[in-house]
Amino acid sequence: MMSDGFKAIWAVLTVLAVIVVLWYAACIPMNIKGVLTEQERAGAEVQPTSAKDRRDMSEFGLVLNNSFAIPATWEQDRPRLPAPHQVAIEIWETTVQKKITSKRSLIYHGWVTLSATMLGFVIGTGLGILLAVGIVHSRVMDLSVMPWAIVSQTIPIIALAPMIIVVLYSVGIQGIIPKAVISAYLSFFPVVVGMVKGLRSPDAMQLDLLRTYSASRSQGFWKLRLPASMPYLFTSLKIGIAASLVGAIVGELPTGAVAGLGARLLAGSYYGQTVQIWSALFAAAILAACLVGLLGLVERTVLKRMGMAQ
Amino acid sequence: MILVLFAIVVWVLGWWLNSRLASGPYADTRLVRFLAPFIFGVTIIVIWELLVRGLEVSLVILPAPSVIAVRFANSLPILWEDFVQTIIKGAFSGYIIGCFAAFLMAIAVDRWDFLRLGLLPVGNFVAALPIVGTAPILVMWFGFDWHSKAAVVVVMVFFPMLVNTVAGLREATAMQRDLMETYAATYWQSFLKLRLPAAMPFIFNGLKISTTLALIGAIVAEFFGSPTLGMGFRISTSVGQLSLDMVWAEIVVAALAGTAFYGLVAMIEKAVTFWHPSQRG
Repeated sequence: MMSDGFKAIWAVLTVLAVIVVLWYAACIPMNIKGVLTEQERAGAEVQPTSAKDRRDMSEFGLVLNNSFAIPATWEQDRPRLPAPHQVAIEIWETTVQKKITSKRSLIYHGWVTLSATMLGFVIGTGLGILLAVGIVHSRVMDLSVMPWAIVSQTIPIIALAPMIIVVLYSVGIQGIIPKAVISAYLSFFPVVVGMVKGLRSPDAMQLDLLRTYSASRSQGFWKLRLPASMPYLFTSLKIGIAASLVGAIVGELPTGAVAGLGARLLAGSYYGQTVQIWSALFAAAILAACLVGLLGLVERTVLKRMGMAQ
Repeated sequence: MILVLFAIVVWVLGWWLNSRLASGPYADTRLVRFLAPFIFGVTIIVIWELLVRGLEVSLVILPAPSVIAVRFANSLPILWEDFVQTIIKGAFSGYIIGCFAAFLMAIAVDRWDFLRLGLLPVGNFVAALPIVGTAPILVMWFGFDWHSKAAVVVVMVFFPMLVNTVAGLREATAMQRDLMETYAATYWQSFLKLRLPAAMPFIFNGLKISTTLALIGAIVAEFFGSPTLGMGFRISTSVGQLSLDMVWAEIVVAALAGTAFYGLVAMIEKAVTFWHPSQRG
């Protein structure tokens, strides 16, 4: 067991190391043209000398001719592909070294996005569970609503996001609510579908047993269906929170919002601040990983307490 | 006010009809399974129309279904151009490249245990991340045209497809593998005749998840810059001009495209995995 775990960790670390090495390697051809232009301005000897010849040459040929410029490809101000350490430094500077209230702090922007995500996620999940309970207990709702819930999974409903922002803005609602609405409806449908599956997971034998106890419908729900649905609920919650986060980020794009990770992405792409884009992207990734990881932790604890963990 | 009352009547009528269908003797037939959601959908649309007109909601903010339908019918050429740009050029090509690349990678991952141990946790992790965020970077690298959208789609579908295919390739049991061994089957024979067919349900699961992701990627990537056509471009500019009927028309196209794309993959799945228990009966 121990050596298996060790081997797995070693394998993951190796893969990550290879990714970092490939990333540094990719920076060289990606950034070489910009670097050479800068170096020439600074007075360095660049081969070939005319900018026009360089434009027609392949990146790899340029690297071979000007190997002295390689270290500079990892130190540019606005590289096409920033090197890992540049992103790491940017993240460090905008989280630890900035006050949280500062407009340039990633923690501030992350919080703006996180609060909308969480509000939307709670609303969407709550409504989703309610609808799932309705679908399981009412044949009419099952027949008429459930197919639409399933179809909604195949549609890019995120395309509604810009409209929701603008419509809510025009009736005087702005700030966190429009983003939360988008987050809510994106997490709503996965939760409905997963929860219906979960509430239906008890088999006929178990339902029959409760009938022999002459259990009422609500007893059947609280003592059998709801506990049995927990593994399904957590699976769909993890999908739902990832969708919520995407919703909140996309919700920040169309209005030119001033705060939030999506706004950082958009501002970065307007002004060519690649390091800023990458650091916002990593902040979003870390946020998503923390949220999903937290849910996984809750899942493990709950299922263990219920005696359902494998 | 009459229209609002009428909307309530329609709601009651639709609900009554569906509950009759659901508790009637034909509740489990195919016809009712199709009819009930259809009636529900029509009821919603009729109520939407009646409420918008009855409560005199501004048609700019919430266009009535009839307004959207008229706009849809009048701008078919534009919608078609956007569809070709975003779905055919952006989403389709990205989907095919991404799924194929993930499939090849999955074979390598399956073959070398070390890769599986190392790459699969990373793949699982990345599959949960907000990958649409890479859109601004890829738009910067590949330009405004559909190539950058295809690139976003490739990145989005790669990891779900990889994780599913790897899980599928491990689906054949030890007993079945042993049987192939006793036949002295080579790696590729055993792969083509046993493990690949056994993996098909998983592969199609990945392909189906990826259809929606591909459309999301292609549309959202256009919010970060595009030529003057495309569904994401049309949605964001029409929202800016407050012509929301156009936005709704594009959303109808997106919905139809999404369902059709998914349906197509599901149909191929049915033909390929006809032997699987979930497809029989």
